[in-house]
Amino acid sequence: MLWNTLLLALREIKRNVMRSFLTVLGIVIGVASVITMVTLGNGATQQVTTQIASLGSNLLMVTPGRRMGPGSAGSSPSFKVEDGEAIAREITSAALVVPVASRSTSAIFGNQNWSTTVTGTTNAFLELRSMSLHSGRSFSDSEARAGAAVCVIGQTVREKLFGSQDPIGSRIRLGALSFQVIGLLEAKGQSTMGQDQDDTVLLPLRTFQRRISGNQDVGMIQVSIREGQPTEKAQRDIRLLMRERRRLAVSEEDNFNVMDTKEITRMLTGTTQVLTGLLGAVAAVSLLVGGIGIMNIMLVSVTERTREIGTRLAIGALEREVLMQFLVEAVVLSSSGGLFGILLGLGASFGLKNLLQVPFVFNPGIAIIAFLFSAAVGVLFGYFPALKAARLDPIEALRHE
Amino acid sequence: MTASTETSRTPLIELQGVTKVYGEGQAAMQALAGIDLRIEQGDFVAIMGHSGSGKSTCLNILGCLDSPTSGSYRFRGVEVSQLTRDQRAKLRRFYLGFVFQGYNLLKRTTAIENVELPLIYRGVPTRERHQIARRTLASVGLEGWESHSPSELSGGQQQRVAIARAIIAGPSVLMADEPTGNLDTARSEEIMDLLCRLNREDGITIVMVTHEQDMAHYAKRIVHFKDGRIESDQQNGRAN
Repeated sequence: MLWNTLLLALREIKRNVMRSFLTVLGIVIGVASVITMVTLGNGATQQVTTQIASLGSNLLMVTPGRRMGPGSAGSSPSFKVEDGEAIAREITSAALVVPVASRSTSAIFGNQNWSTTVTGTTNAFLELRSMSLHSGRSFSDSEARAGAAVCVIGQTVREKLFGSQDPIGSRIRLGALSFQVIGLLEAKGQSTMGQDQDDTVLLPLRTFQRRISGNQDVGMIQVSIREGQPTEKAQRDIRLLMRERRRLAVSEEDNFNVMDTKEITRMLTGTTQVLTGLLGAVAAVSLLVGGIGIMNIMLVSVTERTREIGTRLAIGALEREVLMQFLVEAVVLSSSGGLFGILLGLGASFGLKNLLQVPFVFNPGIAIIAFLFSAAVGVLFGYFPALKAARLDPIEALRHE
Repeated sequence: MTASTETSRTPLIELQGVTKVYGEGQAAMQALAGIDLRIEQGDFVAIMGHSGSGKSTCLNILGCLDSPTSGSYRFRGVEVSQLTRDQRAKLRRFYLGFVFQGYNLLKRTTAIENVELPLIYRGVPTRERHQIARRTLASVGLEGWESHSPSELSGGQQQRVAIARAIIAGPSVLMADEPTGNLDTARSEEIMDLLCRLNREDGITIVMVTHEQDMAHYAKRIVHFKDGRIESDQQNGRAN
């Protein structure tokens, strides 16, 4: 019985290949966009998670501002080098304390020009980020102290400015000033939020403050906690120390943040998840529109096939058999559209993975949900037209022109 | 003695005082005003009459597509007016075949797929269904036309496909509504010859509505309708 109904429905779909295709196009696009959004979203989330996890669970980031995020830092005073020194001195569980200040600047060598991120920091930055030197050396103590015009460059900067030449010893210009390249970093690849970690120029912090930013500010202090020491305690201690140094009254809120990697992960993945959810919802609306499209075509199809329905009824088709035929037809249409959409969506995510630099993470759960949902759309929007067909009076239907 | 055998033998079709009224109140229109009709197994009845005489309404009731307003319709002794919609559908499925003026074949569907449609509703397995459909198409003279769609067939051929579809499940009665209405004389005669053969060789009872005298003369019995009543009912001397 069910097999026969399926056969009749498939025959009907085959009879109208073009129309069937157009009918399900809405579902195909809807499902494909849901799958693409969610797959890319999951990929982005996973990327953020793994990259932050690769920083190590013992990392704390101290940033000015009430909440970490763009634009909020300006409202509260920045950190100074002394704040980092205080942390290194007071917090016994701190292994490395690295002040970091960054700015986007163009780097020039000869007639080559490349816009990159210049970071003022200390040698400990390399250790903290597990970066190593490919050639040359890092800053000497005297260079760091004196704020000498020296820099260490990443592989991307080398490639853009020097091509295959050896950069060590050459001088590049950052902003208005000239700096000697003393070291070249090993390639590190993509980092958190998809930025190229090799696209960087490192300067001694003092050099950065004097020659690039022109102030004594430190954008962020990164602290790594010794193995086996509780990060929660260190976090609390740093917070109290900073409150004290910033002379915050008991009633005042923190105007800085001490975050561990778990919190950073939560914050960043939270953003991508909200975004994924929103895009998914938009895509789900298009699925609904696709469903209405199916209902529309099924209704047209019932009208168009009135005589055929009359013939079937005369031949001895039961009301429920006609109902089932149209319902199965709608479900076969919508679920095959769903299947096609899933494949299209996965294909699109796979194709976009390089363009958007987001890993491809196949989520079978969402594929199954999308498929079931598209089938449900078929049942929901196919039922009314099917009922209309089944309830036709055979005599009227046979007379229909 | 003869009287008892007469009453014990149930006719295939028996209409008693069948009326059919469409609409209600002032707008009510009486299509059938009391029809008594008996049709025995193996008969070939032509129902004639002008349009509005009630002949089509009568065929719809005989074909269990419609129910009488009053009166009794017994098919093989079963009171049809008391059956549910589904029961009537089952009755059509197992005992009746339909041939229409406009053929009513499924578009963009091959001849063999059209013919096997009733078998699908009967749940006959695919291979058997194909075999029977092929054989039935051959029996109406359409061997080799199995995979043609209706648009590739002439009117006469389409009506043959429709007849093949009507008889494939071996019905007791074939209900034909103006089967030659869309065909030229030569094609019409071919179709009538085919119907006569089915009646003669396969013993299928045929009830045919027509307004063409020439076609009616192929039948064994001609019933004239006028204003919802039977005007005359006579055996056809010329019948085969």
